Amino acid sequence: MTQIKSRGTVNIATERCKGCELCIPVCKPEVLRMSTNRNKLGMRYPELLPGCTGCTACLLMCPDFCFEVYRYQEPILHEVDV
Amino acid sequence: MTRVLMEGSEAMAKAAIAAGCRFFSGYPMTPFTETLEYFGKHLPDVGGVSINAESELEAIGMAWGALATGARAATGSTGQGLALMQESLSEITRAELPLVYFNMARGQGDYYQATRGGGHGDYRNIVLAPIDVNEAVELTQLAFYLADLWRNPVQIYGDYLLAHTNETVEISTMEFPPLPPKDWAVDGSLGGTGKSRNINPIGMSKLKHEIEPEAFWRRLHVKHKEIEQAEARYEEEFLEGAEMLVVAFGTVARFVRYVVREMRSEGIAVGYIRPITLWPFPYEAISNAAQNTQKVAVLEQNGGQMIDDVRLAVLGSAPVVALGGFSSDEAGFGIGPIHGTDNIRDRIEHGLAGQEVMP
Amino acid sequence: MSSGSDILQTDAPPSQPAEKLCAFKPDLLLSEDHHLCPGCGEPIAVRMMLEAIKELECSRRAVGVIGIGCYTALTGIIDTDLVQALHGRAPSVATGTKRMLPNGLVYTLQGDGDMVNEGLQEVIHSAARGENITCILLNNGVFGETGGHMTASTVVGQRTKNTIDGRDAKEHGQPILISEMLAQLSGTAYVARCGVFNASQTVHTKRILRKAFQTQLDGKGFSFVEILTMCPTGWFVPVPEGPDYLENVLGSVHKLGELKCE
Repeated sequence: MTQIKSRGTVNIATERCKGCELCIPVCKPEVLRMSTNRNKLGMRYPELLPGCTGCTACLLMCPDFCFEVYRYQEPILHEVDV
Repeated sequence: MTRVLMEGSEAMAKAAIAAGCRFFSGYPMTPFTETLEYFGKHLPDVGGVSINAESELEAIGMAWGALATGARAATGSTGQGLALMQESLSEITRAELPLVYFNMARGQGDYYQATRGGGHGDYRNIVLAPIDVNEAVELTQLAFYLADLWRNPVQIYGDYLLAHTNETVEISTMEFPPLPPKDWAVDGSLGGTGKSRNINPIGMSKLKHEIEPEAFWRRLHVKHKEIEQAEARYEEEFLEGAEMLVVAFGTVARFVRYVVREMRSEGIAVGYIRPITLWPFPYEAISNAAQNTQKVAVLEQNGGQMIDDVRLAVLGSAPVVALGGFSSDEAGFGIGPIHGTDNIRDRIEHGLAGQEVMP
Repeated sequence: MSSGSDILQTDAPPSQPAEKLCAFKPDLLLSEDHHLCPGCGEPIAVRMMLEAIKELECSRRAVGVIGIGCYTALTGIIDTDLVQALHGRAPSVATGTKRMLPNGLVYTLQGDGDMVNEGLQEVIHSAARGENITCILLNNGVFGETGGHMTASTVVGQRTKNTIDGRDAKEHGQPILISEMLAQLSGTAYVARCGVFNASQTVHTKRILRKAFQTQLDGKGFSFVEILTMCPTGWFVPVPEGPDYLENVLGSVHKLGELKCE
């Protein structure tokens, strides 16, 4: 077990996502990845893993306005398996 | 107010400014150029804007943008230049913007262009065809009123003769009934309120992904039917007891009217009827007049264009005779023998004898 | 390193105290829904444009004149006053609007098919006139709306439906570099090219748009922003590869930078 800090987080409108994946490579901490499930449009969508910095890069690159970005007042710690 | 001697081009431009026109954009072309010159010289005096556009395409685009702000705006050219503007004309009609545009045509060969247009889709423009400079002054002011009333483009169809004839005219602002406020005009002020405007020719509205084209076109169609009912204008003389009715429009009609008066004074039973609005065409007036005459003659300076509308009006109740025809100076500006009373009398006499005149 | 069980809840705002840094959509957009393709760069550019207008406190004086292209679909959700122009004609329409509305912030939004093909003379003449408007070009080097055809700004080698083996200079000619062309005119006050192929360039795009709008607000004359945008559909490249293709293929010909700032 180890601890990962999330300074920020995102609210993702997954049902609107068209699955373009533009958010994935622009995520510097590499905490976005595409789902295996599909939404109503039949698209895979991004999922968030611990470690978000709230940098807004995903939101800036999203053509479908699927992200809302927050910065925690106090970072959140996650216990994860290594 | 005193009467002054003015050339038609200048008188129409001055009348437009008196009617509140504050924006003009145009591209020079004979015989329209002097109208452009007058706007360029005098619009700034009243705080207006006149742009010598780089092309007709851009001229009508600029007028479109000015109209969208709610300003009274106009453009113009001769038929050749208006040919370049057809795409915008049809779209401005669908965007329901009150454009006034001048066609100082080279003769009457632009009748189809004016009344049918060369643009795409279903659209109609009101077309006013003055007989002389004095009427042009009135119709120009009426054009701005009708454009605003119906939110529809209005064309002033003149020609070289109208543009370049000097007449004494009196130009003062005419009174018209009040118009609704232009609450559709853009000024940017509703941005961010959720009620911002979108002036467009495709029936698009905010927060609507579907444009429902049929409903949009049908609404415009209903408006155009209302214009047809309300705005047909014409002039008639000597219909009573006329064996033959002569239909003519624009400056050519001035000579026709003169000749018909002359022939009537000699006891020859001819009558005269002149559409002032080419669209809406005065179908009903001509239909009624045709009931009481033996034949209907059409004297127009082209190969036979208005005659189609006359036939639609008459609907077989009397024979319709074409009296032609092509007539021009060597430069092609549309001043020719047809602007002579002898020539016209000869054509009308052919008509009375039941002979068509080849255009 | 993280396993599937590490996926965080992201279907609602966080329950812990947090500051919202950025909402789904900019304030000047009425809805997030639109019909543009996956991976399209145009909504990204339009977000930056609307944020720039808002930040300059021009929401209540902006009038957009919109060309015809995929981005026209956004006119239903852009919450500034708009005038829909014909294909290519927006700079002239904007000229008339600006002349009658001198205090308005008048911008055009056009694609490369609209501006560099159909309406090339309009933008050049408006620029030469020093018309105090801001023209914004969304350049993806392709007619996206018709399904991927060559435009006047398609780069050599680029595949389109009518240059299926790539644009061949001998057969199809060379692309027009519109920013370079406009920068030469003494009527232009500000000309810049940017692209939305990564987050920092997207932020930079907003900075450039603000400078262009400020040029107009300062009454300096014609301002021009060319934004390179992704069109994976029209380029026939996998959607996720759009940004790289934009940066390396279009961006190597239509080079980024401020070409003129007066």
